[in-house]
Amino acid sequence: MSERLEGLLRMAFPEARAVDVVDRTGGGDHFHVTVVDGAFSGLSLVDQHRLVYDALAGPLEDGTIHELRITTRGEE
Amino acid sequence: MSDLRDRIKNTIEQEPVVAFIKGTHEQVYCGNSDRALQALRGVGAGFTAVDVLPDPRIREELSALSKWPTIPQVFVAGELVGGADIVQELAATGELEATLDERLGESWRRPGDERTVSVTEGPGLRLLPS
Repeated sequence: MSERLEGLLRMAFPEARAVDVVDRTGGGDHFHVTVVDGAFSGLSLVDQHRLVYDALAGPLEDGTIHELRITTRGEE
Repeated sequence: MSDLRDRIKNTIEQEPVVAFIKGTHEQVYCGNSDRALQALRGVGAGFTAVDVLPDPRIREELSALSKWPTIPQVFVAGELVGGADIVQELAATGELEATLDERLGESWRRPGDERTVSVTEGPGLRLLPS
């Protein structure tokens, strides 16, 4: 499942400097995703996280993701 | 627009700090909701909580209004500040206090001033949990 989420994030953020997906519990439904992408620079954290939610809308809506933690960064 | 959505909208607009959570300020049923409340408590903010659990439509209408898919959701002066991750991150960097200062002046510093309100019950109206 982590690979599926990483694939969706890579597709949504093709220029990302880093995409990381951690299965927090090993159960395949509690995830912490991190995306570092220059495209985030200048966006509020709310808008940054909305882009991540959009990228993962499928697994969020079908219930695959039970809990999602998000960390986003613009250029370091 | 539904009555429920109106009540949610009014609550967001009228409460200086409002957190939509799973549970109440006294009994939280979700780790993420708890993280958001702890972040608010950590900076000494008073807040109003709304429990989304009594009726699934609360969450549906809230997310339709806020364009934010998950719970919790924290609003300050009518504007979405974020979910648990953002509120926690802002608290850690000092930006949460800055945001509260900027939008509310000093009035938000009310440690322990916490309450939970319902958006499904109004005067003369009581909806059964579905």
